[in-house]
Amino acid sequence: MAVSDKDVLHVAALARLAMPVERVPALVRELNGILEHMAVLETVDVSSVGDDARAAMPRRDDVVAPVPLVRPLAEFAPAPRDGFLLVPRLSTHSQLGASEVEE
Amino acid sequence: MSASHMLDGSAAEIALAVRADATLAGDLAAEALSRATRGSALNAYVSLASESDVRQSAASAPAGALQGVPVVVKDNIATTSLSTSCGSKILAGWVSPYEATAISRLRASGAVIIGKANMDEFAMGSSTEHSAYGPTLNPLDHTRVPGGSSGGSAAAVAAGHCRIAYGSETGGSVRQPAAFCGIVGVKPTYGRVSRFGLVAFASSLDHIGVFGRTVDDAALGLQVIAGHDVQDATSVDLAVDDYRAEAERPLTGLVVGIPAEYFPESLDPQIRARCDKVIEVLRQLGAEIRPVSLPHTDHSIPVYYILAPAEASSNLARFDGVRYGPRASSEDLRGMYERTRSEGFGPEVTRRIILGTYVLSQGHYDAYYLKAMLVRQKISEDFAKVFASGVHVLFTPTTPTPAFAFGAKKDPLEMYLSDIFTATANLAGVPAMSQPIGLVDGMPVGGQFLAAHFREADMFRAAYALERALGSEALS
Repeated sequence: MAVSDKDVLHVAALARLAMPVERVPALVRELNGILEHMAVLETVDVSSVGDDARAAMPRRDDVVAPVPLVRPLAEFAPAPRDGFLLVPRLSTHSQLGASEVEE
Repeated sequence: MSASHMLDGSAAEIALAVRADATLAGDLAAEALSRATRGSALNAYVSLASESDVRQSAASAPAGALQGVPVVVKDNIATTSLSTSCGSKILAGWVSPYEATAISRLRASGAVIIGKANMDEFAMGSSTEHSAYGPTLNPLDHTRVPGGSSGGSAAAVAAGHCRIAYGSETGGSVRQPAAFCGIVGVKPTYGRVSRFGLVAFASSLDHIGVFGRTVDDAALGLQVIAGHDVQDATSVDLAVDDYRAEAERPLTGLVVGIPAEYFPESLDPQIRARCDKVIEVLRQLGAEIRPVSLPHTDHSIPVYYILAPAEASSNLARFDGVRYGPRASSEDLRGMYERTRSEGFGPEVTRRIILGTYVLSQGHYDAYYLKAMLVRQKISEDFAKVFASGVHVLFTPTTPTPAFAFGAKKDPLEMYLSDIFTATANLAGVPAMSQPIGLVDGMPVGGQFLAAHFREADMFRAAYALERALGSEALS
């Protein structure tokens, strides 16, 4: 399952990382070296690990407590309005320009 | 007694002196700050508090267990008084709007924070060579690394700037630098210390840990931050033992397991000899020594370096220039994300995000991520079986080598393998600690105790007895 140049560029795009072409060969080499070391896991018998292990995970009540801010929201939020934070539009609306903000 | 002389006493002695005369606290904090400033060649800090600020904090320090004790905090634990950059350009100068629970508890105990310690960027590294603010030097030999990722915190304690410092652990980032710098480093049980306000790297593996000059300093440092916190969903509501009282108990009846997998044929013979000496000392102190096996130990590095980057790739997705830190300019939003992230993250963080995204991506998830999750369970079961058999603590070397030279590990995989004896405790969530057990080639090496979940008291008991028995031999 060797990593290729195309894989690195694809994964970089998924991770929102600009990847200079000259950096790709070294990353491919490093990732293949690391993943080769991971291959040993294929030999481990995990048939005894069942759903019991996952079911045993204790869960607490899902209660939300307020975060104790030391400064009011308006002091550190870039552009609050009417109790909401304004953020850049999603890329699907990029024709409107990155500088525009929308709730 | 001068502030300088007092600062060389234990943390408990400093707090006792300040409780008797609260006016001492300001001079003590100023002296710690002065030492940090004079030791700037180490590059142990990303930011230092001002003298007026530390004097003010000291003057108003509550009468708690660390009243007036100067401490240092790793730069990925949120503070409102100093910036929290995580050793990264992408968070340069960022000041958190809230404090970590551990910090609030520290302040409530009377501790005075003098600075934020340098670290490998986002805690990804084992040498503190991967900080955007330059490497930290090992105070014992400036040509060698202090370990990482909490290298700045370890260097601050080893250089005598403070008795207690705080770091974080995802795969050994407190115990390994403690071993490299000749001090004590503790990783508590997963759930023992709140991570609320610790910037997330790999949430199922992240812990806040403690450095101390001695076992007693580390026990006191952990005591004041341990306990349940509703702000952290993984925090466990369980009573906290009195670690310093438990540490005083004799070793008679204590069963110490020696796992064969941590003593491979390839282990440096000098480190093996130091460990053999410790085992003999523990036996003489009344402990029962029992050979045990943790058969999945060898798989810990492959499992760790699949799961940690996978979680990191998700956790670090939030750093895109919208909510935190500097924002790169671009003609469109996607370009802004990519430029901000590529300019903000260093090469090691980029490598791990790529690796983590790869193992989570379609076609690779089952082979890598899911398999690693299942093998992680096998590693946890190894520990559970050994502790269920009556073993109280395990003893192992902390690292396979002493501190290495800067630039010695250029291949990322070679660097990752230096976590071979520490990553298992993070994967299983059990507590573990390192303490100095002697010198090899003039540099300290660490011995590691591991205990069952929430049994930190057992390892403090073993470590304190060993520290007293070894005396000056621990650093000679």
